[in-house]
Amino acid sequence: MGIEEKLPSGFLLTSVETAAGWVRKASLFPATFGLACCAIEMMTTGAGRYDLARFGMEVFRGSPRQADLMIVAGRVSQKMAPVLRQVYDQMANPKWVISMGVCASSGGMFNNYAIVQGVDHIVPVDIYLPGCPPRPEMLMDAILKLHDKIQHEPLGVNKRRAQELAEELALEAVPTSEMRGLLR
Amino acid sequence: MSDGNIPATRTEIPVEVVGNRQGMFGGRGTGDTSGFGGLVAPIVLPGPSSRPYGGWFDEVADELEGALEEQGLDPADAIEKTVIDRGELTFHVRREHLLQVSRTLRDDPALRFELCLGVSGVHYLSDPGRELHAVYHLRSITHTRLIRVEVTAPDADPHIPSVVSVYPTNDWHEREAYDFFGIVFDGHPALTRIMMPDDWLGHPQRKDYPLGGIPVEYKGAQIPAPDQRRSYT
Amino acid sequence: MTTHYEEAGTRETTEGRVFTVTGGDWGEVVEAVAKADDERIIVNMGPQHPSTHGVLRLILEIDGETVTEARCGIGYLHTGIEKNMEFRNWVQGTTFVTRMDYLTPLFNETAYCLAVEKLLGITDQIPDRATVIRVLMMELNRISSHLVCLATGGMEIGSTTLMIYGFRDRELILDIFELVTGLRMNHAYVRPGGLAQDLPPGAVDQIREAVKLFRSRMHEYDKLATGNPVFKARLVDVGFLDLAGCLALGATGPILRATGLPNDLRKSDPYCGYENYDFEVAIADTADSYGRFLIRLEEMRQSLRIVEQCLDRLRPGPVMVADKKIAWPAQLAVGPDGMGNSLDHIRKIMGTSMEALIHHFKLVTEGFRVPVGQAYAAVESPKGELGVHVVSDGGTRPYRVHFRDPSFTNLQSMAAMCEGGQVADVIVAVAGIDPVMGGVDR
Repeated sequence: MGIEEKLPSGFLLTSVETAAGWVRKASLFPATFGLACCAIEMMTTGAGRYDLARFGMEVFRGSPRQADLMIVAGRVSQKMAPVLRQVYDQMANPKWVISMGVCASSGGMFNNYAIVQGVDHIVPVDIYLPGCPPRPEMLMDAILKLHDKIQHEPLGVNKRRAQELAEELALEAVPTSEMRGLLR
Repeated sequence: MSDGNIPATRTEIPVEVVGNRQGMFGGRGTGDTSGFGGLVAPIVLPGPSSRPYGGWFDEVADELEGALEEQGLDPADAIEKTVIDRGELTFHVRREHLLQVSRTLRDDPALRFELCLGVSGVHYLSDPGRELHAVYHLRSITHTRLIRVEVTAPDADPHIPSVVSVYPTNDWHEREAYDFFGIVFDGHPALTRIMMPDDWLGHPQRKDYPLGGIPVEYKGAQIPAPDQRRSYT
Repeated sequence: MTTHYEEAGTRETTEGRVFTVTGGDWGEVVEAVAKADDERIIVNMGPQHPSTHGVLRLILEIDGETVTEARCGIGYLHTGIEKNMEFRNWVQGTTFVTRMDYLTPLFNETAYCLAVEKLLGITDQIPDRATVIRVLMMELNRISSHLVCLATGGMEIGSTTLMIYGFRDRELILDIFELVTGLRMNHAYVRPGGLAQDLPPGAVDQIREAVKLFRSRMHEYDKLATGNPVFKARLVDVGFLDLAGCLALGATGPILRATGLPNDLRKSDPYCGYENYDFEVAIADTADSYGRFLIRLEEMRQSLRIVEQCLDRLRPGPVMVADKKIAWPAQLAVGPDGMGNSLDHIRKIMGTSMEALIHHFKLVTEGFRVPVGQAYAAVESPKGELGVHVVSDGGTRPYRVHFRDPSFTNLQSMAAMCEGGQVADVIVAVAGIDPVMGGVDR
């Protein structure tokens, strides 16, 4: 986003990547985006027993402008979808999204007219977290996995290359329903 | 044949047929190989009950009919039928008299149903002329009683008078029934959608509105949405 | 019925048709408001706001700090559960209803099951043990629901300690739920005809321990909040709604009881044998948020009393109705692999009895049929009267299920409570109503 994105590929960029990743992962500020049952488990994670403060992120930001992680906790209805996108747009880059619970990830058991069948129709998702609702331990695991992802996130030229590679792979990939053979 | 055992003349009890059930196992779509495919049985809602209703039901019915008569309204005209089923009392009220009946139910000291528990819409797709039912549950805290009032309207003219002037609590409930079933409550202060977005098309909980699910993809397979699957009902 | 809607504007692109949705006549409304030359400001709180108790949108018209008009926008969590249930069988219905008001899952399940049992005509055949466990679980659930109400309410008015305490003690109850049902939330434990499974070994002792521990912690809430001048300053005389207002708006539960009317379905229209338990209905006479808070505290104490009575009443016996045409064919047994059918049952249906296998298959895939008719059952949930209207067309699936959720009805009284007060009091009033949007929008 800043000058670090302009660096040429090489030793310097890799060092900056490591430093930036370390700094970013260590101070994630989640936006409150509690919707349904999962929101209660999200609050539980922040409260006494599970104590998200151990990872330096117990402070949930009320304003999306001050947050860089959106935990979409719960089912997203068609009516809520534009609001969710707006909140996402208001967050400053870099930003990450955890889709908490099956409803947010795929619509879950509510395969009907009212629910968006996966929040990835609206915002890009970094971590899909299964469960109905996921246990607080699972949310913490998802957060730690996201930390890991952030730590190794490329910048500048490397980022562009990684995106191009990902797109290429995605274009070549076999659609899920057409996969054959050993299905694991 | 003595006088004592002449069979009684059959009176035609009006029953409400809300559909037909075919076959024996509820399967649809695929060929029925059970041999019961030709079986057709009507789905009949519980019919009207005759006096005495038992318990406090008679008292409430008497009071209501008396109070309506006092107001110059023929009870037989206002109340289509009275049904006792599973220990619950249901008055089927003609929609043009709903407001007066509900006001009487609330205000008459012997009835005093102060608390309205909202309205629940039911859509009987195959009950021509009476497709939409609005079901009100009324609770009397004074007498600890619970009754049900049912009103019908045809799909072609989905109008039912609003009872918000009697029970303000029905404000949101009627908006919900309008949103989901398209029942227009005449006289409601602001009948707008409440659950669905303002620009939504159609009324999603009607029986002719699809569930709206999408096929679910798995690795190597795809299963249709819940309302498209083969099913037994 | 033919209703005419204005079609959204469209244009064709290479990607397909693109709709332009402008939202009806809202443009005109905005213009008209802009022309009105006065000081009134419309503030939109939510639907995503940390103090609105979920995805509730509050539309406040304010004059300085005073709220002159308040309206709610709901539907942001509308899930279509009622419609979805029409495509699943009667037993699967419990899995859906438990996710409606997700803080009171066991009340939703019980209310739904009572209605289905009424339709089936098996209300009298439910085994005693199942009923006692239902009551036990409901009362534990009442405590956990009230704890979340105190916790989130505390957080919204800035008392983070109350939140930490509330969630800490809720964990005690969730541990019990997890032991008994296998899940922390969304249990699907109560089934038409009885329960999914019996209490596991050790549950009774753990519940006794938890009750003891919880009782010793109850006074912490008193110390922290009840007499706290800051807490009282925020809650006393805020969110006032008198008896006439409550009845007109259909408010039930702590809101109605805070006006001094001891209306509790557990006493006035007992279900699940509540007439046999010894407890008192908590009331207050202040009709404000503080009264509602005190009622919730007292109800938690009363619930502890009922839980203890339940434990004393537990007698060995079945937990599912004896009618094999309705009862789930296999009692679930919590095995080493988590929850599952008991191995004995699997051995029987796979090894010795083909009829049992057919019976199991039919009952599990199709489900049982419920006679034509409709029924209404209500329970006293922590929020008020939770009513279920169930209609059957004689099939294996509900024809229509409607939940009269107390949160939905109680939330209507928000406008009456807030108008004329301060903006900060809106938060307190909403927290006092304790709406759960999953229940409001369903």
